[in-house]
Amino acid sequence: MHPILGNLRRLGLYLLAWFPIGGLIAYVLATSGGISTGEALALAIPLALLFGFMCLSAWYSCRGTPLDHSSLTRLAATHLLAAGLMSGCWIFFVKALAHELSGLQIYPGLDGRVSKDYPLLFGIAVLLYLLTVALHYVLLTLQEAQEAEARVLQAGILAREAELKALKAQVNPHFLFNSLNSISALTSSDAVKAREMCILLGDFLRRTLGLGEKSAIPLAEEMSLIRAFLAVEKIRFGPRIQMEENVEKEATDVQIPPLLLQPLVENAVGHGIANLVEGGWIRLDARCQNGTLSIVVENSYDPDAPPRRRNGVGLVNVRQRLATRYGNLATFDVTHDAGRFRVALTLPAEREAQKS
Amino acid sequence: MSREPEKRGRAVIVDDEALARQVLREFLGSHPEIEVVAECANGFEAVKSVTELKPDLLFLDIQMPKLDGFEVLELIDHDMAIVFVTAFDNYAIKAFEVHAVDYLLKPYGADRFEAALGRAKLRMGDKSSGGAAPREFSGALRPPPHADLAAAARPPAQYIQRVPVRDGARVFIIPVDKLDYAEAQDDYVSLCAEGKKHLKQQTISSLEAALDPSRFMRIHRSFVVNLERVARVEPYAKDSHVAVLSNGTQLPVSRAGYARLREFLDR
Repeated sequence: MHPILGNLRRLGLYLLAWFPIGGLIAYVLATSGGISTGEALALAIPLALLFGFMCLSAWYSCRGTPLDHSSLTRLAATHLLAAGLMSGCWIFFVKALAHELSGLQIYPGLDGRVSKDYPLLFGIAVLLYLLTVALHYVLLTLQEAQEAEARVLQAGILAREAELKALKAQVNPHFLFNSLNSISALTSSDAVKAREMCILLGDFLRRTLGLGEKSAIPLAEEMSLIRAFLAVEKIRFGPRIQMEENVEKEATDVQIPPLLLQPLVENAVGHGIANLVEGGWIRLDARCQNGTLSIVVENSYDPDAPPRRRNGVGLVNVRQRLATRYGNLATFDVTHDAGRFRVALTLPAEREAQKS
Repeated sequence: MSREPEKRGRAVIVDDEALARQVLREFLGSHPEIEVVAECANGFEAVKSVTELKPDLLFLDIQMPKLDGFEVLELIDHDMAIVFVTAFDNYAIKAFEVHAVDYLLKPYGADRFEAALGRAKLRMGDKSSGGAAPREFSGALRPPPHADLAAAARPPAQYIQRVPVRDGARVFIIPVDKLDYAEAQDDYVSLCAEGKKHLKQQTISSLEAALDPSRFMRIHRSFVVNLERVARVEPYAKDSHVAVLSNGTQLPVSRAGYARLREFLDR
């Protein structure tokens, strides 16, 4: 997880960078007087490496206080406190090493001579720690960018898969079989009507096939597809289907995923009207307000209808497609009460011009 | 045209689409020996027509308003040749399990229809001439009720949501959550729902098998109870218990039933 600790090569490079820093500290110590260059190097190099290690802990405080979502006071308080603590600890180690070096008679009296430099060293340590904080924020941002990229890629793949699956499931074969059976009935009784139905069916099929390649179509195009679908179903069900459309003028050019509404209307026919002896109604309302397109598909249904032995794949598909495409920006809501089935959905109103 | 003298037959056509019924009528037009006595557009009408007219042959759609094709068969005890006519191929196995003679997939042509009618006539002939019984029924004293067959044909792990019952030519639908308990009465079950009792020709075992076992339990040889309705279990005589339902009804509990019920209530 840690971008430096988790990778040996990076850790090596990082620690290598602390050698010149150790050299600089040694130079400062030596020029401040009372300490030889040898003594300063012996003290500064190992302690610089140690501090390098200690500074890696900044990763955790950086992750805990993300740059974008934390107040300035919180950022300053967190990192200054951590810098103070780390530097304090480090000064303790400086003391201990100086004491050891004196005690072992390598550099006698070093601890006494270096003690005047502790405030200076503390200051350097605080600055160095804050520098590594900055470094960690850069690393954090890089990692986030990489993750976001991977997520976008993943989402794209998922959306594509869902889209393909949904489109494959779209044209219900039973709709075809039943329509063909109606045509077969009409051939002997009403040849003109049979031909008309063939044409309507062909028209509908051609439109659905063409739509598979597009990622979005204007609402008006989807509506004309629905009309083609209902024209076929009206021959099958006769006067049992009543369709009412209320599409606002501003909504007609809003871009929507193709075949988003057709399955809802197919559902309304298959699960609603097909079960009503006297027939029923379908109402489709579309309104565009504040950059949001709201669509309601309602239909009458028989609450005591026999259970359909085929589950409603249509609704699940539409919900999934909205979710993968728009995430939280779209809503999908199904309600039913006393003989009325209602699907309400909202999605961002994108138009051709703003399409990316 | 035929080698044997044709049997005359009376047919009922059930489909909610007028055009689908028209195809059947047209194909039957070249068979004067078959008379179409009724056309029905939904399940209720189908039950009524079959009960009253007792046809020899039934053309039956599956997905229809009110009652689906299988539910229609559950409510009919009249034996006749059944030909399913549907656009769905996934009910074929189930259709043959309820002893359908054929399964026509829409759209179908005249050849396919003739084959189905041929098979139906064979079945009709067997029945009316009193000759060899159809293979499925041989050995048995009489066929099991349609409700039992329909229940047996239900896919596993899919339980019924409602029980259709018939009183004369009238059909009632009992949603399973309205069902308090069922009691076996000879060849029938008595279904108690909302204070009323409905008789249905079905065995209690086949009803039990069709009901969700997490909601319904066989507490006695003759009783299946809706577990939500059980208020408490009380000792009755030595070694026996009664289940008291929330409406005060008391049902006998067998020893095996008590063990099952205890296990459920202690959970």
